[in-house]
Amino acid sequence: MTTMTYREACKQAIRAALQADPRVFMMGEDIAAYGGCYAVSKGLCAEFGAERIRDTPLSESAFVGAGIGAAMAGMRPIVEIMTVNFSLLALDQIMNNAATIPHMSGGQFAVPLVIRMATGAGRQLAAQHSHSLEGWYAHIPGLRILAPATVEDARHMLAPALADPNPVLLFEHVMLYNVEGDVDEHLEGVDITHARIRRPGNDVTVITYGGSLPRALAAAETLASDGISAEVIDLRVLRPLDMGTVAASVARTHRCVIVDEGWKSGSLAAEVCARLVESVFYELDAPIARVCAAEVPMPYAAHLEQAALPNAERIVAAVRQVVRPA
Amino acid sequence: MSGDKLHLDHQHLLRLLAQMVRIRVFERRCAELYQREKIRGFLHLYDGEEAIAVGVMATLAPQDAVIATYREHGQAIARGVPMNRLMAELYGKVEGCCRGRGGSMHFFDRALRFIGGNAIVGGGLPLAVGTALGDTMQGRDAVSACFFGEGAVDEGEFHESLNLAALWRLPVLFVCENNLYSMGTALAHAESVTDIHAKAASYGVASEAVDGNDVIAVELAARRAVAALRAGGGPQFLECRTYRTRAHSMFDAQLYRDKAEVEAWKQRSPILRFQSWLENSHLAFDDEVARLEADAEAEVTAAIEFAEAGHLEALEDLERFVVMDEVPA
Ligand SMILES: Cc1ncc(C[n+]2csc(CCOP(=O)(O)OP(=O)(O)O)c2C)c(N)n1
Repeated sequence: MTTMTYREACKQAIRAALQADPRVFMMGEDIAAYGGCYAVSKGLCAEFGAERIRDTPLSESAFVGAGIGAAMAGMRPIVEIMTVNFSLLALDQIMNNAATIPHMSGGQFAVPLVIRMATGAGRQLAAQHSHSLEGWYAHIPGLRILAPATVEDARHMLAPALADPNPVLLFEHVMLYNVEGDVDEHLEGVDITHARIRRPGNDVTVITYGGSLPRALAAAETLASDGISAEVIDLRVLRPLDMGTVAASVARTHRCVIVDEGWKSGSLAAEVCARLVESVFYELDAPIARVCAAEVPMPYAAHLEQAALPNAERIVAAVRQVVRPA
Repeated sequence: MSGDKLHLDHQHLLRLLAQMVRIRVFERRCAELYQREKIRGFLHLYDGEEAIAVGVMATLAPQDAVIATYREHGQAIARGVPMNRLMAELYGKVEGCCRGRGGSMHFFDRALRFIGGNAIVGGGLPLAVGTALGDTMQGRDAVSACFFGEGAVDEGEFHESLNLAALWRLPVLFVCENNLYSMGTALAHAESVTDIHAKAASYGVASEAVDGNDVIAVELAARRAVAALRAGGGPQFLECRTYRTRAHSMFDAQLYRDKAEVEAWKQRSPILRFQSWLENSHLAFDDEVARLEADAEAEVTAAIEFAEAGHLEALEDLERFVVMDEVPA
């Protein structure tokens, strides 16, 4: 076991991938000379050279499209987009090419591409740098959407993502980069298909992913001292959803709170909720509750930003309401 | 035929004519089949622009990649995708080149490195930069030929892609089919500077404007460009000046242009011009031309029969290929 930050785990994952396969290379804005806007790729250019760690111009559409083309030509690109907010400039390539071409071509072409990007709020970066749009991407057939919430997943999800013949989007929450955790460097067989129970419990299931996992775990801790045993599920994979794990838990606890940093309307939380209603409606002892971001463009001022985000307190309140309605 | 020399031998010249005629006949029958509702969806015909696909494709090798637009019947035929598979695709049959999932706008053929069939204006350019990047990183001697209309010049992806290809000196042949209108929008109505090849040159891309209705001129220019690409000269740009002599698609009343303008361009049809030149220069004889026309008709007739006899994809396979099990070898 080694202790490292989430950021370091991301970097070690990329290093290992570059060492393991000559077809792997990385490109994105400011990843080489600058070291990456969140310093994930710092030092990689010195180690692997500018051919394999490629700085790109500020052309999200062109370099994401180039990643798709390179993948179709036999490479295994890792494309970094600084944040999900900027990925909107590449949405055409992600949606209309990467996600679409395999099916549209009748299975003649696959797009084995990994796109990594930062997501989420909490650093007072205001409304054009702070949104959580992974739920939008989870809407698109043909994509696999991953949200590593632990240092271990940050270290080990990349390899299976690169081995996937389909385009995979990997979302790294900005508030996780400095989190430390233990990692087994040589762990094998980390899957990118299943949700995980991060804390077992009996009274209620709290379903979350990414940057909200630490908040949900903190809430569960508080609830425990209150005599409420919360099971915390980390979705890990936002598409395709592992509803088996989720539904089985809810069928046991009969109560459920979904925590999602996206906006509530049309959110991933809405999708999980709808699927639970479809599959385990008769197991529910209380209405499903959701804790999501306030429906505002993320504000700058710290108190406003915090008020807009899910936090442990709000999760605790939602769980109490579901378990022991006032 | 490869290399940078154009061989004006009899066989090659007849082949160029035959390719243009095959495209023209295929599409004339497509238009009829559309009226009969055998083909549905959008159908964008290439009438009047055949010299570009045929001239450029004559200079490419099997290892090269081709990326085209929704107006790509000509490129697919000139690249060698069997007409049977194209017609079956238009019929939505499983024997089609995309098993009926793509239709007219999305022809693909992996064996020929024909990578679509892209119906987002400008959307194919970044892909071509990527195939060129991938090929280069793997040490392949391959170029990526990317066809697009002048409408794509309005899009950011055009500028991003030219810059990136030039910055990384990638072997991309950018072929702009400037037919003067993007749907109903005249070039001067959309672009502050209408000299497209000059825009390409501003990115440091070797750039040339050519008469796109002259198949020999197109082939010559493409041959020079491809030779420069293979020699590591960085991306090359051809602005092929042409005209679409049919409607934009099957839903176009053509309110935006004069009939006289269309008629004038019909007189400059690349097939008419090339055929007259061949005949006047005694490079082709009436019976040879008649034969290649008859061959084209027969080939299309056979393709229609093939498509008619084709099968529909099983409904159980509706979601097949959305998620791939493996990367096709
Ligand atoms: C991004 C995008 N915007 C708009 C359209 C609708 N559209 C389809 S074809 C076309 C005209 C494009 O003209 P041009 O690039 O010159 O090619 P041409 O059709 O003349 O071959 C437009 C606007 C589209 N398909 N994609």
